[in-house]
Amino acid sequence: MVWKTLLRHCIAQPAAPRRQDPAAVAALRQRLAAAGHEKLGRSLAIRHVAAGSCNGCELELRATQNLIYDLTQYGLSFTPSPRHADVLLITGVAGGNMIAAARQAREAMADPVLVLAMGDCAVDGGVFKGSPAIAGGAEAIMPVDLFVAGCPPEPAQIIEGLLALLEVNDILLARPVRVPR
Amino acid sequence: MKLLSSQDWQAHAGKFIALWTDAQYAYALYQPAELVATPLVEGAYPALRHKGAAWFQRLAHDGYGHNAIGAADTRPAIEHFRSADGTAPWPEFASPGGEGVHQVAVGPIHAAIIEPGHFRFSLRGEEVLKLEARLGYSHKGTLALMRGKSPRLAARFAARISGDATVAHSIAFAHAAEAALGMTPPPRAVYLRAIMAELERLANHGSDIGAIAGDAGFSFLDARFALHREVLCEAARAAFGHRLMMDMVIPGGVAGDMSSGGAAAILAALLALESELPGLTRVFEDYASLQDRVVGTGVVSPALAAAYAAGGFTGRAAGQNHDARVSPGYAPYEHFGLEVPVEQDGDVAARIRIRLAEMTESIRLIRDMLANLPDTVIAMAPPSGSGSGLGVAESFRGPVWHWLRIEAGAISDAFAADASTLQWPLVEFAAATGILADFPLINKSINASYSGVDL
Repeated sequence: MVWKTLLRHCIAQPAAPRRQDPAAVAALRQRLAAAGHEKLGRSLAIRHVAAGSCNGCELELRATQNLIYDLTQYGLSFTPSPRHADVLLITGVAGGNMIAAARQAREAMADPVLVLAMGDCAVDGGVFKGSPAIAGGAEAIMPVDLFVAGCPPEPAQIIEGLLALLEVNDILLARPVRVPR
Repeated sequence: MKLLSSQDWQAHAGKFIALWTDAQYAYALYQPAELVATPLVEGAYPALRHKGAAWFQRLAHDGYGHNAIGAADTRPAIEHFRSADGTAPWPEFASPGGEGVHQVAVGPIHAAIIEPGHFRFSLRGEEVLKLEARLGYSHKGTLALMRGKSPRLAARFAARISGDATVAHSIAFAHAAEAALGMTPPPRAVYLRAIMAELERLANHGSDIGAIAGDAGFSFLDARFALHREVLCEAARAAFGHRLMMDMVIPGGVAGDMSSGGAAAILAALLALESELPGLTRVFEDYASLQDRVVGTGVVSPALAAAYAAGGFTGRAAGQNHDARVSPGYAPYEHFGLEVPVEQDGDVAARIRIRLAEMTESIRLIRDMLANLPDTVIAMAPPSGSGSGLGVAESFRGPVWHWLRIEAGAISDAFAADASTLQWPLVEFAAATGILADFPLINKSINASYSGVDL
């Protein structure tokens, strides 16, 4: 099946572009070239923490990795360990039971760290605003560098947000230059 | 609703679905849709002995302070007893005795992009002897937020009980509100709801099967199924304006009609999925290295599934034939002769086979419904009445139940039971049949919702 599929792809006409809008991708890549390379050397590792979401944001976050959006083409990838991460991406409200864990994840990360709050819940509590079980949005847990609104935001918006984060934030410039041994 | 004495309440037989309390009564729900209640005495009620009742009783205690007298399991559910700085002490996780038994703690933050929950494994070498899940990390106070709001307004909370089953929860909530207010939604809305629900089922079944294969190191299936999920989500957006179809189902109908190009987009997505599905199924069945990981892994025996009255593909892979679309059943499925696949093995492979069979059925259902879409209005305004109502919808992971009491147009009490509540204990049992490295496959193959039980 795998080989047949590969073969079919080799001999078939090039398929209609199944990626997101090619112009948008090109623009994003250009911006990344300008902003990302000097700061990151083309790699940015993201640690995701769900601090009280409905799992809708997680679905769209996973969708950024599919064949259409292919997040890694921009040098962005998810990492299981906060120790390897440059970005802390928070989804969901600041659920009372998750505040301590989210703070621990932040503390485990090496500075400088960019914090991105994704989805309406992480922005300000979203529809759950005012519930006694939550402390608010992600800012109730830690300072946030960028908010991406939406319920849930679409994959293209999430990628836009991640790249915007690289562009506008200079704190990563403070990172010590890595000298190859 | 039938009011029972405390003896009859405890002695009541049947397949238990859910338990909750309000200011006066404790309610218990049995298959197919039998609601019984017993009065609370000084804020307490007799504990039920049904296997699945434990989490509901813990939830009633933490949320409302109502005690289940004689309950065996009194661990906190959502109340983690935090101190002022947000930290919470770890509870005691009992470990089975024996030489070389050690514990592995995972979570609440997991390695993958998923919801939070803590898993405590007791291991001897690689063998899992026991798994204890500590949930409640996603608790947002959803049910309390529904109170005092109109059904239309509160539908936004129902849509966010579990994002992957947002359509199913919205339908169950709408059914409950419509039952409470004695109204029937227009036929076109009923069909559009079912089309959305089946699209949601297809998207989730596909991406979960892919993710299980991905966990077994088979990224080809993962990539293909994730692509189909994407195409389905985009079709949903083209047809209904939202990739997950959130907030589309409202009490009284649907929030918007299908767009003019919507049917074509959905049919194109179905055709793409249908043409590749046999090939992907063959890959799943033919590759020995993949079958080796899924066959005999994470077994939920038919006896266990029956004891918990597990719904959804988890139950149907272990001899349970329950499907809320058939029993108690709701419109418009009675017109489409739904086939419910059942298997007996109860392992990861059986759950995948059930889900593959359900996908074929969902594709057929959506096509039939689109071809027979009635031409009526899409919504009616709910009257400002009073009453209580029960609603159900079959989400991709099993039945979700909503119960509402409405007083003068505003919700005074609400409860929602996701299918996951009866499935989390099965995850714990299934994990203890294998080794630690199999847990990601077992967990994904059942895919219980965290948010859906933490509420």
